[in-house]
Amino acid sequence: MADTGSFKIEEEMNSRRRFLVAATSVAGGVAGVAVATPFMLSMMPSERAKAAGAPVEVDISRLEEGLLLMVEWRGRVVWILKRTPEMLETLETLEGQLADPNSEKKQQPDYAKNRTRSIKPEILVVIGLCTHLGCSPVYRKDIAPEDLGAGWLGGFFCPCHGSKFDLAGRVYKNLPAPTNLVVPPHLYLSDSRILIGSEESKESA
Amino acid sequence: MSKNAIIEWIDKRFPLTSNWKAHLTEYYAPKNFNFWYYFGSLAMLVLVNQIITGIFLTMNYKPDASMAFASVEYIMRDVDYGWLIRYMHSTGASMFFVVVYLHMFRGMLYGSYQKPRELLWLVGMGIFFILMSLAFTGYILPWGQMSYWGAQVIISMFGAIPLIGDTLSQWLLGDFTLSDAALNRFFAYHVVTLPILLVTLVFVHILALHEVGSNNPDGIEIKKNRDPQTNIPVDGIPFHPYYSVKDIFGVIGFLIVFCAIIFFAPEFGGYFLEHNNFIPANQLQTPDHIAPVWYFTPYYSMLRAVTVNFLWIDAKLWGVILMAASVVIFAFLPWLDKSKVKSIRYKGPIFKFALGMFVLSFFVLGWLGMKSPTPLYTVLAQIFTVIYFAFFLLMPWYSKIDKTKPEPTRVKE
Repeated sequence: MADTGSFKIEEEMNSRRRFLVAATSVAGGVAGVAVATPFMLSMMPSERAKAAGAPVEVDISRLEEGLLLMVEWRGRVVWILKRTPEMLETLETLEGQLADPNSEKKQQPDYAKNRTRSIKPEILVVIGLCTHLGCSPVYRKDIAPEDLGAGWLGGFFCPCHGSKFDLAGRVYKNLPAPTNLVVPPHLYLSDSRILIGSEESKESA
Repeated sequence: MSKNAIIEWIDKRFPLTSNWKAHLTEYYAPKNFNFWYYFGSLAMLVLVNQIITGIFLTMNYKPDASMAFASVEYIMRDVDYGWLIRYMHSTGASMFFVVVYLHMFRGMLYGSYQKPRELLWLVGMGIFFILMSLAFTGYILPWGQMSYWGAQVIISMFGAIPLIGDTLSQWLLGDFTLSDAALNRFFAYHVVTLPILLVTLVFVHILALHEVGSNNPDGIEIKKNRDPQTNIPVDGIPFHPYYSVKDIFGVIGFLIVFCAIIFFAPEFGGYFLEHNNFIPANQLQTPDHIAPVWYFTPYYSMLRAVTVNFLWIDAKLWGVILMAASVVIFAFLPWLDKSKVKSIRYKGPIFKFALGMFVLSFFVLGWLGMKSPTPLYTVLAQIFTVIYFAFFLLMPWYSKIDKTKPEPTRVKE
């Protein structure tokens, strides 16, 4: 009888031990995750990096037709292109060759969801980084050059993996880049001053 | 105190003699090692080279986006022998891949991944992944145009992952774009995190090797045939002095090539140090032609080879998936190879042909990865990507039906 009694106690001890080991392991695991959290979060963009995302003001009064202005916003290149009337005409003719001619994919604010992908028809504001793997395409306004073929009416060509975009930053079909170039949030402070990176003017904010 | 007394004193406190015996003088390796067996010890040599030269480079390098490029040029021009240390490190990086690729190919030739060496092979694959991460993070440090745009392309690949992509790339970069924050942390990975992991895994790799014993060109398990008196494998010889001396001979040959590159062609025609990387990083402009360093070009080709959307996944993500798969798939070799024999010497014609096609596709894809994409090159890349994957994915089938020759039981005299 004494034997069975000690066996029972032993069994009870075992189940208690198992429970305690499991509980300690779980608590240890929770503690491990809790300790790892601040380290993992320290790798997110810092407050300084977030502050550097402040809007950039650009004066376009001296920008000539057909010329591309490059400015830096959040460490990215932003293009401001003043398109000629002839350039704007090409936008319609190319639409059959484009992957997303109507800008259905959300690559732009609503106010730029139009054929010219801009607020003012002639002024294009886009982030100059290919939507494939982030290279910066080259502005090629020459018409029908040898390397890009007779159908080329001007646009942007990415030298890294060969993606092509029209003069509104819309991507051609069947090329590595999946979507149109991104139009950053921006607004006109006056006729010739653009604020990139904000949708509300500084005065109202 | 005599020498023996000192060793005795140590042995009572630390297993010195027993380890010396277990891993060197009484570690029995097959007596038929050939040329292909140099590359494991050479990889160790290059590892030591990278660690030592790397330590000295950190004494003058500045991991700051505004100073990094200039500090590398400072090392090259103003630090006494800085050019030598830097070229030893940059050439060492490429030579690391040369010897590791040959080491891996040896494993494929002689079936060294097969039972009982699966875990040894997997640890080796872990070393290979760490090595690739080290090469990538190291390449960013000079902060030249190729550093910048190469890193931009690789980090953008993480952005292709659905849902979490954007947050993940911000977490990796510590910023919304590739910037000083990323350079600073990639430096930390390159000089602390990854080297510690690498050295640890190399240690585990050697422990695993010494547990199962070395394979050999005949694929014979020498432990199956032991001398009844001494219990020593009859086809084995002690690693030291036999193979330590042989490996030193290999080291001499390697160092001749290594020094010739360092002194006469450190840029190696743009293959080891790319021309565009002598231009400081400019985030407003991508160079006209960008390509990774030679050892990554086969995988890079496969990334670019996908141009069509398939199922609900777009071409961009497929490219990333394919590229990751092309590296990871090596890890599955122990389970893909259903052959009854290990070594290519006893495998049949189908395996020899398949391995040949694999090597061809690896070289062609590597070459294509250095070229700008044209329609013809893209089609070629697609064809050879299929061949590359066919080698692995069809292996369970062709290695089974292949006519093998019987494996000998003893190493030939």
